[in-house]
Amino acid sequence: MSFDVMDYFRQETLPHIWCPGCGNGIILRDFAVALERLNYPRDEVVIVSGIGCSSRAAGYLNFDTVHTTHGRALPFATGIKLANPNLKVFVIMGDGDSSAIGGNHLIHAARRNIDLTAIIFNNNIYGMTGGQFSPLTPRDKKATTAPYGMIEQSFDICRLAEGAGATYVGRATTYHNQLLTQLIIDGAQNPGFSLIEAVTHCPTSYGRRNGMASPSDMVRWQKDNAVWIDKVRAGKAEVKDGQFTIGLLHRHEAPEFTQAYMEVIKRARGQE
Amino acid sequence: MIQIETNKTPKCELEIKKQWCKGCNLCVAACPRSVLALDLLGKIKVVEAEKCIACGLCESTCPDFAIRVIKNA
Amino acid sequence: MRELAEVRLMQGNEACVQAALDAGVRFFGGYPITPSTEIAEGMAEKLPALGGKFIQMEDEIASIASIIGASLAGVKSMTATSGPGFSLMQENLGYACMTEVPCVIVNVQRGGPSTGRPTAPAQGDVMQARWGTHGDHPAIVLSPWSAQETYTLTVKAVNLSERFRTPVILLMDEVVAHLREGVRMPDPRQLKLIERPRPQGGRENYRPFGGALDEVPAVADFGMGYRCNVTGLVHDDVGHPSGSPQVTNDLIRRLSGKVEAHRDEIIDYELTQTGDADMVIFAYGSTARTSLRALKLARAQGLKVGMIRPTTLWPFPEKAIEEVAERGIPILVPEMNLGQLVLEVERIAKGRSLVQPLSRVDGELFNPDEILEAVKELKPVKSRKSSKKEGI
Repeated sequence: MSFDVMDYFRQETLPHIWCPGCGNGIILRDFAVALERLNYPRDEVVIVSGIGCSSRAAGYLNFDTVHTTHGRALPFATGIKLANPNLKVFVIMGDGDSSAIGGNHLIHAARRNIDLTAIIFNNNIYGMTGGQFSPLTPRDKKATTAPYGMIEQSFDICRLAEGAGATYVGRATTYHNQLLTQLIIDGAQNPGFSLIEAVTHCPTSYGRRNGMASPSDMVRWQKDNAVWIDKVRAGKAEVKDGQFTIGLLHRHEAPEFTQAYMEVIKRARGQE
Repeated sequence: MIQIETNKTPKCELEIKKQWCKGCNLCVAACPRSVLALDLLGKIKVVEAEKCIACGLCESTCPDFAIRVIKNA
Repeated sequence: MRELAEVRLMQGNEACVQAALDAGVRFFGGYPITPSTEIAEGMAEKLPALGGKFIQMEDEIASIASIIGASLAGVKSMTATSGPGFSLMQENLGYACMTEVPCVIVNVQRGGPSTGRPTAPAQGDVMQARWGTHGDHPAIVLSPWSAQETYTLTVKAVNLSERFRTPVILLMDEVVAHLREGVRMPDPRQLKLIERPRPQGGRENYRPFGGALDEVPAVADFGMGYRCNVTGLVHDDVGHPSGSPQVTNDLIRRLSGKVEAHRDEIIDYELTQTGDADMVIFAYGSTARTSLRALKLARAQGLKVGMIRPTTLWPFPEKAIEEVAERGIPILVPEMNLGQLVLEVERIAKGRSLVQPLSRVDGELFNPDEILEAVKELKPVKSRKSSKKEGI
């Protein structure tokens, strides 16, 4: 009998609420595959999410799950992890959720290097509210609140996380889903703050307005515009305008927050 | 209850949950051997089972968990 | 951990810290803000030796989020803040109500609105503590008048939050927070502590959000194996989001119902010489200290003045007002705001007693003489209009 992804879901909550062709279900599946391979005791896994299309993912998964408030998933997760560092805490957020309303929490979770694995579902748009631009909407793309085109610069959320101190940063797409699964596994095993950007597609609120009417057009766009970081580093590929890198983008070692706090406890008890 | 439709192919069994299929066509586009198509009601169906190579792309690309590839032992 | 009863000279804020620790609080997430900062500082110093955790978050929104998270992991949790920070906490305060997560939020009131007067006392957050977050929700709000009472009410706040699975607000004011006085603390092992109800049976029958209108369902800690879903969306008894009118109605009514049905367990107030009183002062927090002095001055002049001092502001202590209103005696309500809790007093008095507000919003405490003067001007009720005549 082969692995059945359904083992990881609360089946009574399915089918999910996402639109036809939405990439979120693909990421959710990749996440479940990663959990299968990580093989953590299931009752030690906690999944925390924010608000938006992406964040509905938590409720479908058969673990201790928390669907928090918009932008605040990371501080909730920080409390859970610090209160009980034995728990394996994953955080699911959207692009607007994590980088606009939750941007401050993102940089501070990265700065603390607390052992959380954040998976950002980046569909470049606010999907649940019907297609408003986010800080990750590329320049010139259209949104209901940028009907004449986006004039603001977008974040590169991976570079933002790296700059803020995240010790593991990677990016994949719903097309490159084996990579995505591997990044989630490696990110979970990194003892510190890990951020994995999952480039996904919103045919309903983003694709339709931006010349990609079908889900397969959007996945093809991912395939054509994702450039493997290893090839770039080896000088075998370059990143053209509008393209982005995928793969393990950054990794370094630094003290992890909850472990550092254990040292505080020892000091306070006069044990060192 | 979810009905599961089982399709035998040379290398696997393709389990399909039609009720969960939203007709997005991603699996049809992903299949390298044109094994799959949408039916008149826009739901997934197996049209050329004998061509299936059990690569698993349909399962991993389906956002709705409507396809499962169970490879032959 | 302390192991003996003792008396110590302490600030209200320090008493709050010691009481929280004695009551079993082992997680604190906070952000510096005057005049509550000493609570965070005390927690940072004292929690780790007890194996507890302190974290300074990036803002107050994150602070309350962190304590809700820690409480979900099964740890008694607290944050402390002041006006502007309390405003920032409102959304997640509602989240804690909706998801029934025990936690304690200390708000040391200062002058507002906005940045206001950071170091001046005020009582302007009484209505915000009740209604600050959106939607119908329960509120338990306690307000101490001394460092001593800060100790006892902090313990009570922790207990009530566990008992009712809901956030409890300790509403202090700057004077109580910074006042130093002797605090008598019991041997912490003698304290009666309450733990949240935890599930006994298997996962199959676990209903973390179920039960009758007045019921507080059991809650599993994360990691216990119950695999709960927690959401701020309207949810059914197992925690799945729901759009059902019936589910919505049952949940919203139970969230408030579980508190309302147990008002007598929650509400506490102190009566001073009300038995023979011809007029009564209704006061809380540091205003009640001044009021007690005014009462003594009045008694010395032969005036039969009594005082009702609620330590529970919400749910509002209706019975205390009811007893006075039945006798038709006038009630003076001094507050360091433009008249907030006085509206509740009027609501219960229903015109039977004259209800006279007395306001002070200049960042200074009342002085006993001005309360005494106001008491002397109290007249028995004639018409509903008369209670509005002088006003603010």
